[in-house]
Amino acid sequence: MGRYVIRRLLQMIPVFIGTTFIIFAMVHALGDPVNALFGDKAPDPAVAAQLRQSLGLNDPLWLQYLHYMRGIFTGDLGKTFSGEQVTSLLASAYPTTLKLTAVAFSIEVILGIGLGLVSGLRRGKSVDTLVMVFTLVVISIPVFVIGYVLQYLLGVKWGIVNATAGYGAPISDLILPGFVLASVSLAYVARLTRTTVAENSKADYVRTATAKGLPRRRVITHHLLRNSLIPVITFLGTDLGALMGGALVTERIFNIQGVGYWLYQGIVRQNTPTVVGFVTILVVVYLLANLLVDLLYAVLDPRIRYA
Amino acid sequence: MRGATQAKFAAGAIAIALAATACSSGSSGSSSGGSNASGVVNAWWGDPQNPLIPTDTNEVNGGAVLNMIFTGLKTYDPKTAKAMNANAESITTTDQQNFTIKLKPGWKFSDGTPVTAHSYVDAWNWGTYLPNGQNNTDPFFTAIKGYTDVHPASGSPKATTMSGLKVVDDNTFTVALTSKFSTWPDTLGYSAFYPLPKAFFADKAKWEAKPIGNGPYVISSWTKSQQMQLRPNSTYSGDQKPKNGGINLKVYTDPNAAYADLQSGNLDVDNGLPNSALKTVATDLNGRYINQPAGIIQTISFPMYQANWNTAGAQKVRQGLSMAIDRATITKQIFNNTRTPATDWTSPVLGEAGGYKEGLCGDNCTYNPTKAKQLIEAGGGIPGGQLTISYNADGPHKEWVDAVCNSINNVLGNSKSCVGKPVGTFADFRNQVTGKRETGAFRTGWQMDYPLIQDFLQPQYFTDAASNDSHWSNATFDSLVNQANAEGDTTKAVQDFRTAEQQLVTDMPAIPLWYQNGTAGWSSKVSNVTLDPFSVPVYTDITVNK
Amino acid sequence: MPDQQPNKHNGVPEDSSTELSSAFPETPTLGAMGAQPLLDKEDLSHSAPQSAEAVGVTDREVARSLWQDAWRELRRNPVFLISGVLIVLLLLVAIWPGLFDSTSPLSCDLSKSQLGPTSGHPFGFDTQGCDVYARTIHGARASITVGVFATAGAALLGTLMGGLAGFFGGWIDAVISRIADIFFGIPILLGGLVFLSVIPSQSIWVVVGFIVVLGWPQIARIARGAVITAKQQDYVTAAQALGAGNSRMLLRHIMPNALAPIIVVATIALGTYISLEATLSYLGVGLKPPTVSWGIDISSAADTFRNAPHMLLFPAGALCITILAFIMLGDAVRDALDPKLR
Repeated sequence: MGRYVIRRLLQMIPVFIGTTFIIFAMVHALGDPVNALFGDKAPDPAVAAQLRQSLGLNDPLWLQYLHYMRGIFTGDLGKTFSGEQVTSLLASAYPTTLKLTAVAFSIEVILGIGLGLVSGLRRGKSVDTLVMVFTLVVISIPVFVIGYVLQYLLGVKWGIVNATAGYGAPISDLILPGFVLASVSLAYVARLTRTTVAENSKADYVRTATAKGLPRRRVITHHLLRNSLIPVITFLGTDLGALMGGALVTERIFNIQGVGYWLYQGIVRQNTPTVVGFVTILVVVYLLANLLVDLLYAVLDPRIRYA
Repeated sequence: MRGATQAKFAAGAIAIALAATACSSGSSGSSSGGSNASGVVNAWWGDPQNPLIPTDTNEVNGGAVLNMIFTGLKTYDPKTAKAMNANAESITTTDQQNFTIKLKPGWKFSDGTPVTAHSYVDAWNWGTYLPNGQNNTDPFFTAIKGYTDVHPASGSPKATTMSGLKVVDDNTFTVALTSKFSTWPDTLGYSAFYPLPKAFFADKAKWEAKPIGNGPYVISSWTKSQQMQLRPNSTYSGDQKPKNGGINLKVYTDPNAAYADLQSGNLDVDNGLPNSALKTVATDLNGRYINQPAGIIQTISFPMYQANWNTAGAQKVRQGLSMAIDRATITKQIFNNTRTPATDWTSPVLGEAGGYKEGLCGDNCTYNPTKAKQLIEAGGGIPGGQLTISYNADGPHKEWVDAVCNSINNVLGNSKSCVGKPVGTFADFRNQVTGKRETGAFRTGWQMDYPLIQDFLQPQYFTDAASNDSHWSNATFDSLVNQANAEGDTTKAVQDFRTAEQQLVTDMPAIPLWYQNGTAGWSSKVSNVTLDPFSVPVYTDITVNK
Repeated sequence: MPDQQPNKHNGVPEDSSTELSSAFPETPTLGAMGAQPLLDKEDLSHSAPQSAEAVGVTDREVARSLWQDAWRELRRNPVFLISGVLIVLLLLVAIWPGLFDSTSPLSCDLSKSQLGPTSGHPFGFDTQGCDVYARTIHGARASITVGVFATAGAALLGTLMGGLAGFFGGWIDAVISRIADIFFGIPILLGGLVFLSVIPSQSIWVVVGFIVVLGWPQIARIARGAVITAKQQDYVTAAQALGAGNSRMLLRHIMPNALAPIIVVATIALGTYISLEATLSYLGVGLKPPTVSWGIDISSAADTFRNAPHMLLFPAGALCITILAFIMLGDAVRDALDPKLR
């Protein structure tokens, strides 16, 4: 098990380097960020040259990347153009996005698995149809449309919740954005759970458990659900990273200053340190989530042993 | 037993979610009312791009804060846009080239240190000194003698201070310009000319984290990218004393989010209204909405550096294109009358005396489909066969660019003769413009720095000026502008500028589209919301209702 | 005859006392799976072993009976019939929009901006005063082109890479899997913002290309898992023992069995790609005018839906129906290819 984890961690290194380099090169390819600092005015050539020099933009791409990587290992992720350390942005943005992701993830897990379970146990009944239609509709509407419509109805028209997240993004303001962010994944989780539950509920071991006289509740939680959750967990694991990165649209609609906000700002202002810094963390989260999922297999399915 | 723990965890999560909902409905009911004088206003804001140093700030968001925490030598009347002395007691000259500036005594920065002649001279010298890498010095300081010594176009600076600046005593300094510039004192209300306290030079990083100024407000806290809290400055000596208990500037990325907050009462003043809200804003807010002219003009420019755009035929085409744009319908349908069709290259906020001239452009800016088509065809058609109008997609430009193109397409009877060409980011867009990589038309806009006709014409159309994006060059125009700047009499100067402006009518390097109004909506919690000619709310005048 | 083989898990004793008889008949060891979790969305990869297992022994027989059974199953499935009819209709609209509409989506009269439905203009007008019906009809082509070609590209590239990784294993597998991880690790919207800003072209194929570049790892992951499972089947071992070459093995014996889960994922991905195009347009980097697409129209209508709901309703409805049709098709195909669910 230990050796397996170490091997996986080692395999992350090339992936980490590859992803950060691609993002680094792409943001670099967007062009010279210095001109934009002058607004609608043509850059003063002397100042522009000065800024390029101090930002290291005159170096070849690979050298800039090496400098950046060296910075990462000394804890220096560079600065934004307004002079703020990217590390301090990370420190303020990630907790916000983590909160949002946690809310979204809880909604996804509770509602998704709940709906899927109900639907799978009553396959073919009207509840099932209703859930399936709901999930299909949710999947087929773009997230920003769901976001705007719900924001207007719940936040502005009926005033049930705050239309945007307030200062410090309290959890109470994140429920609606969390739901919007989770909506599509929620639908997938429900469908996935439904399929596996329906499949496994016909399995012999469930029939045996029922025949043994176990209460239905126990059969469902201990036998049926536990087995059905394996593919669901895989999906949830890969989705965790996607949720954090996908918050870009949701955070913009609900004015949440999290990872998506800074990624967008970073791209709009072509500030490589900001974009790469945030992506780096996202990639690490994604890779670790994947590792965690694989380790969870072993917990849920004793036949899998990692050596 | 693992199953059991999982079930418990799930139940716990639901409980938390429920508790959180209950909490939100409790807190949203209690709004912080409060009395007139101590009430705090929540206002819309965008994240500034650069550090809040006067010489490094060139965009509206940073500028709005600088205006609140600083008061310069001059200030512009929020209603008439007239430049008035603020921190300056007097600015005098006999030759339109050498100026003596006397300060009002006793002014203080919010840290208690006095505002002296040194505060200005040191700030200006520091800002223009090339190694400090400040981006907003050209063209504001270029007129001062010795600028090129501290800020050479290439190489390292020969001096650390400008020879044209001399401190006479604590409250007096003199400025020598390189050439005559009669209206120069009127430019001194611009934010680049603000003074800096000793604390800035002692520890710049500390000052940047929480800037100290001499204005009506002081920054009490600043959570970058989220919120800035400003409170009245107790050491402020000027006339614009705040009538409220402070301003909280809330950062928004999407104007729609701000508008949703304004409607639901989480935001008090919103001067970043989205275009989509303009149709309903007056009814949504029960008339708590202002729409008034501001010193902003929108234009589309042509790449005069491209051979096919710099021909006699192309001149006709440009005139024709200008006539093919139905400005009246576009300003009504797309902007809901928050823009006024442009008939010259300045702005109505200047007033007739200040240089604005309604109808100066004449027929060339009047919608005339028949003549437009004739001119474009007579000029050999659109260079390259198709007109592209390039714009940055991260700003609210798509709708009007599409509308302009549709207007041109309808005139020419070809649905593909004009297309919008979005560029992902503003930075990338500006790279293409300043790198002379445009092949078709592109969006240009001008927000005045100070209310002078000079500011609308010289930076944009003088040969090789900082914002001459079309790279148009016209000797007559240049000499008339030089003549106007040397003129001691303002009326005569304005007349010269207008004559220069006439050159734009025929040559049309940029098509004037419309004058942009300032717009703002406010909540029922506040009153007396007005906008200055720069379309920024007059924050000091806003009062909070009981 | 759908099920000639007993339709049950093999290899795992049915023992309820372990509580952990698995949903996976042939759970590959982690060594074989490398860093990849078993599956991505929905229960796709494990439908692979069942379909492979459900079929006979000789390869000809394999392919024919599986696909024929599936087809027979599909013809009787109302979900398939409905989605099939819808898709045929949508394709017609996409290929010959002129059949359904005679006005041009680009002829616009600004004075009619945001007016609601009137006679002759059943869907009303958008902000530019263009006919929403015409734009909805003509927008089908761009949106469906993006969906279909991006899916085809991602499926081809993904199947190739995943197939090679799964078949050869070893260092080829390691390299391909890491490359897939690299592209999988880039958040798709962020990648879109950067990638599509870098490339100035306004062509629809740039968007398609981008989706392929970031979309293939998902398919590759499924393909790889399916190929590994198929490779372990007895008949493949037998064919190998009989001296079949690598290419013959891969093309004749393994691929036909691994294809089912790939098709299923691809059909569902198609819907999400069409939706992605809309989101990219919302961020300002998707398709660009004068291309007419649902994504462009939805993104420009999203914030005006209060004043002019018809502007959002019709293109969004069309998009919704299209995605629904493809997801339903994917569902039906999966059910048909997964004998266990019959």
